Amino acid sequence: MSEPVALKLTAKDFKSDQEVRWCPGCGDYAILAAVQGFMPELNIPRENIVFVSGIGCSSRFPYYMNTYGMHSIHGRAPAIATGLSVSRPDLSVWVVTGDGDALSIGGNHLIHALRRNVNLKILLFNNRIYGLTKGQYSPTSEVGKITKSTPVGSADAPFNPLSLALGAEATFVARTIDSDRKHLQSVLRAAAQHEGSAFVEIYQNCNIFNDGAFDQLKEPATRDDFLIRLEHGQPITFGSDGQFCVVHPPGGFGLEVRETAATPAEEIVVHDATVTDPAYAFALSRLPGLDLRNTPIGVFRSVDRPSYDGVVQEQVATAKAKVTETPEQQLAGLLASGDTWTIL
Amino acid sequence: MTKQIRQLDRVVIRFAGDSGDGMQLTGDRFTSETAQLGNDISTLPNFPAEIRAPAGTLPGVSSFQVHFADYDILTPGDAPNVLVAMNPAALKANLADLPRGADIIVNTDEFTRRNLAKVGYTTSPLDDDSLAGYVVHPVALTSMTVGALAEHEVSKKDAERAKNMFALGLLSWMYSRPYESTLRFLERKFAARPELVAANVAAFRAGWNFGETTDSFSVRYEVKPAKMLPGTYRNITGNAALSLGLVAAGVRSGLPVFLGAYPITPASDILHELSKHKRLGVVTMQAEDEIAAVGAALGASYGGALGVTTTSGPGVALKSETISLAVALELPLVIVDVQRAGPSTGMPTKTEQADLNMALYGRHGEAPVAVIAPKSPSDCFHAALEAARIALTYRTPVILLSDNYVANGSEPWLLPDVESLPDLRVEFASAPNGEDGTTFLPYLRDPETLARPWAVPGTPGLEHRIGGLEKADRTGDISYDPANHDFMVRTRAARIETIPVPDVEVDDPDGDARVLVLGWGSTYGPIGAACRGLRQRGLSVAQAHLRHLAPMPANLGEVLRSYERVVIPEMNLGQLAHVVRAKYLVDAIGYNQVRGLPFTAAELETMLEEVLKNV
Repeated sequence: MSEPVALKLTAKDFKSDQEVRWCPGCGDYAILAAVQGFMPELNIPRENIVFVSGIGCSSRFPYYMNTYGMHSIHGRAPAIATGLSVSRPDLSVWVVTGDGDALSIGGNHLIHALRRNVNLKILLFNNRIYGLTKGQYSPTSEVGKITKSTPVGSADAPFNPLSLALGAEATFVARTIDSDRKHLQSVLRAAAQHEGSAFVEIYQNCNIFNDGAFDQLKEPATRDDFLIRLEHGQPITFGSDGQFCVVHPPGGFGLEVRETAATPAEEIVVHDATVTDPAYAFALSRLPGLDLRNTPIGVFRSVDRPSYDGVVQEQVATAKAKVTETPEQQLAGLLASGDTWTIL
Repeated sequence: MTKQIRQLDRVVIRFAGDSGDGMQLTGDRFTSETAQLGNDISTLPNFPAEIRAPAGTLPGVSSFQVHFADYDILTPGDAPNVLVAMNPAALKANLADLPRGADIIVNTDEFTRRNLAKVGYTTSPLDDDSLAGYVVHPVALTSMTVGALAEHEVSKKDAERAKNMFALGLLSWMYSRPYESTLRFLERKFAARPELVAANVAAFRAGWNFGETTDSFSVRYEVKPAKMLPGTYRNITGNAALSLGLVAAGVRSGLPVFLGAYPITPASDILHELSKHKRLGVVTMQAEDEIAAVGAALGASYGGALGVTTTSGPGVALKSETISLAVALELPLVIVDVQRAGPSTGMPTKTEQADLNMALYGRHGEAPVAVIAPKSPSDCFHAALEAARIALTYRTPVILLSDNYVANGSEPWLLPDVESLPDLRVEFASAPNGEDGTTFLPYLRDPETLARPWAVPGTPGLEHRIGGLEKADRTGDISYDPANHDFMVRTRAARIETIPVPDVEVDDPDGDARVLVLGWGSTYGPIGAACRGLRQRGLSVAQAHLRHLAPMPANLGEVLRSYERVVIPEMNLGQLAHVVRAKYLVDAIGYNQVRGLPFTAAELETMLEEVLKNV
């Protein structure tokens, strides 16, 4: 086999001719720029990349990518992308969705895409609000949130998207933040390399209807003390002076945050995204408090499991391998199968 | 003893028993033997939705009716000449359909006090005179089967279960059927358990020999082969034919077939069948729900496959939003609706034609699609090919309206020559189509078909975005321009309306009919049989049948207006009649029935005779 030819694409090659129409200051701009900046790294010809989205602000994304793209209907992008990916394993298929699109109206398709491990890269822009419909609470909004549809506060408990994805048997689960381009691109890189479904939650600021939702994770004064930057193979410590760490308390089910100074080094959890048991990544996903303290970002889980697309294509290839006849001959044989009789 | 042999031109037999008695299989085998003989055949299975309703009860009765003749027939027959009743429930549930003088073969072993009580018989109908008008043949089917298998290494339960083969053997003897195919079938079915092959074959032979030797059957019947066109035939159900039609569409288009489906009665058999044809590149996906099923099919179409989804009415309702997206995206998509009695869960194993309105109009916005309907089980093959042809050529969703009657009914099918099937090859867009030679315009249409280019991902230089937002003509860019939207809505309507479909043909052998019967879909057989009956009595009536419901044939208005009366029988409350009245201003008379059963030829004949009297 010959070495792949370097395509020498740039971010500019991935910008479509369409005017970007998000609100000024929207976090989606930063994500778009990060994705366009990252795409050349894949060294995949633009024509072999497809972005499929549902409905919502984030779902306008495909219009701005100079690749193939489909802006579909609310919640259904994972289903449509599944049909595309299964029948066209040669393509790199990306799904762009939001918290309402993926977790409310499209929840069923998301969990089933993840359990099947369809070869999709799913980017969930989580701004904890419905933006396009002008400010109703979403399935990731905090309890008691005051919005247009909940004037005295919402009564329903939110989803934790990563916990949900892990419960749905996801093989790759990660979280990143719109404003941290370098981190966002590192997560995209890991997601792109994963065979099967890669689920990436991106905290995204809606400056119109839910401004500052993730400020604690962005402000220089707080971010280092709030964010846990997961790095595979490294002990999980965080804080401006590394003063916090994550341990697995004996007798407990989950993980807890402790002060590093008071914790023996061997008790600090060393991050391993390849742990087979999803309980570990699930425990990580449960660390953040309501105030966003102890929010891990990075790759929580990355394990190997055959992709649905791969298994389906293998079944077809195995069946075809035994065939010596032309399709027409096969069809003629098929039509005449079973009990037949001939009238002269 | 020597048995008398009597010639018949046609016979209708109904096998009826408990859901667990294997009546569908028995009927299937008898049908296959009958097909081998060269009779024309039509069958009608009738079974409950419950997999195993309580044993011996009326809701648990399952039946299979087969009509065979030495001439071409159009329906599974209005009334059975012979009823095989495996228990009291089967007798009670079916007796009302039997004409006086019919033969009834009953399994006396099941006529116990307990089984009689289950269905409300206070005395056994075998002992009182309630069956006086019929020819009753009491046969101890179960005990004779068990007796015949005494030397076999099978459990008592397995021996009892072979009683359907005893019944099949008896009926096969009675109607002089060739049984080699059944013996071969049993060898295949029980290949893993040779003792069951031996037991079932022995039960079959015991039934055959019983007929030969017993005094209770003094007459044996023969039905000569029908005059049929030369060629190779097989007996086929509508669902099987439809599946093969989709496979054939894949072969003839050179595209992989992708089926997204969610299990639903009575469409699931299409999913089962298509999942067997991976050798021909058919990919089937059992989706998480109906919406995902159509979504995945649309995604596959976008990628250059022939995307198909199969379902029944409730599933079409769920798919509606995605079908509208397919209308906006202008991509090929075949949606198969095997209609059943609704609304809601309705009667899932019973037939109806009440999804026509939904197929024509059941979407948001102006979202026209093509709609076609097969007229018989074997016609499902050709209808599936036609649906694929329209979808691929005109880049549109096509709804194929089958129904439970044609889906599960069967008839002999003259196997087509593969080379004679339509050529469905399509050309994907491969180069920019803009005037400047570099721009790709995804909504620049073919002036003849009004279809837009099918540019599949992976094609260099044609990267483009499509979506549910209104698109500007030619460029496909998002557009809120009022004039553009008006133009696009009208264009989407025109591109369906102008699909050329064959003229509707009128069958009016006398040439002087004043009444036209118009049907669509599965009513073809009963309407045809009714017209034939009238003509045999010297009455003139014309028949026309619609395969294409959207768009309708160009000559339909002229045809309708050339008759004094137009009668439209439908298994709904007048949906086609409503369309015809609105579209052609024709004062059509509806004849409507929603009993979950096909029309009988006799009732249509009676109704039409009344109409004829009044013109």
